[in-house]
Amino acid sequence: MWRSCFRLGAGGGSFPRRPCLLPAAPLGPGSQAESAPGLSLPRRAYAPPAERKKFYQNVSITQGEDGYEINLDHRKLKTPNAKLFTVPSEALAVAVATEWDSQQDTIKFYTMHLTTLCNTSLDNPSQRNKDQLIQASMKFLDTDTICYRVEEPETLVELQKNEWDPVIDWAEKRYNVKIGSSTNIMGPDIPSKTKETFISHLASYNMWALQGMEFVITQLKSMVLSLGLIDRHLTVEKAVLLSRLEEEYQASQSILESPMIVPIPLLNIFLSRNGAMWNGPTTMNYMNCGLELQLGRFLFTFAQKVPQ
Amino acid sequence: MVSLGPPARTLRGLLQELRYLSAATGRPYRDTAAYRYLVEAFRAHRVTSEKLCRAQHELHFQAATYLCLLQSTRNHVALHQEFHSKGERSVEEAAGAVGLKLPQQPGGKGWES
Repeated sequence: MWRSCFRLGAGGGSFPRRPCLLPAAPLGPGSQAESAPGLSLPRRAYAPPAERKKFYQNVSITQGEDGYEINLDHRKLKTPNAKLFTVPSEALAVAVATEWDSQQDTIKFYTMHLTTLCNTSLDNPSQRNKDQLIQASMKFLDTDTICYRVEEPETLVELQKNEWDPVIDWAEKRYNVKIGSSTNIMGPDIPSKTKETFISHLASYNMWALQGMEFVITQLKSMVLSLGLIDRHLTVEKAVLLSRLEEEYQASQSILESPMIVPIPLLNIFLSRNGAMWNGPTTMNYMNCGLELQLGRFLFTFAQKVPQ
Repeated sequence: MVSLGPPARTLRGLLQELRYLSAATGRPYRDTAAYRYLVEAFRAHRVTSEKLCRAQHELHFQAATYLCLLQSTRNHVALHQEFHSKGERSVEEAAGAVGLKLPQQPGGKGWES
């Protein structure tokens, strides 16, 4: 979870000046690499910090020149790269403040999904520009989940047709493109005109929105479903369900009577977060999501009972 | 195609989630900025009862998504607490589990420098 980190205040300052300095987490206790210049322990870039105690009482929101800022007591919140944490929309600021406010005793960074996503947007640690983000998103169209069909078992084919075809039809109508579906192992054949339409559509969004969009697509593994989500054609729960259709089908086929404790909430979280990034060309106050599923897989192995 | 249900239900769900979050900190949930913001936003958009009002639908959709986020986060934390492994036991604890004790070597073990 390299994104779920942050440091308040940059490294290298004297302690009283930067009271929010966090220790370098993966290297064990006492290895304050920044405050001990002699130490040459390499610090993983954008690494998650150790558990921190809750060091503030009040969280408040103020409006700065660039947008809304979060204050913890009297200190301004900063991103892991020590940039000032500003968000363009008030709703997002309120949501981030709520996340900080709901921490007790220790700060659990893994529950603060919106904060993490905002940090990623602000810092752009992978240094990607708009075109690269769009390219990354478009790659998923070629192997779009809902265009990639199976040939058997019959009931699954039926299910895919009934659930996924309407979404494809909606997308084709809405964007005036041809998508189609295929059982070919190479995936559907998407005409280049379709790709151009989508590229120019994505280009109309700003960087924050694109960051969020790219996450959503990565999580859902389907561009068409993400577009449905963005255009408010599908709810988060529905989009997740459609994306996981085959897994749901497999689960329902299980001969075990035991309940399936599948970490769908995790995927829902991830999908809900990114909507915050999403809002038209101007601000981001939509909450939808997308984030890497590594934590999800961890829970997945524990929580899901697979058929023997 | 989106079936969100009545906005009142979404608002109720959101307030419930806020209650859960505030229960943790002990402060009443009506004090939080989130409560004030949500109530004000819902009230402001309630004026148009038009079903076709796009801004209202957008707000409602956004609120429903935020609700999904809050609920999922809470469920995730609960799942994590119930199922996550506590890690391995240390060597001392593992020895103690079978009734043995580790030897004391005041000079340090040979291979440790």
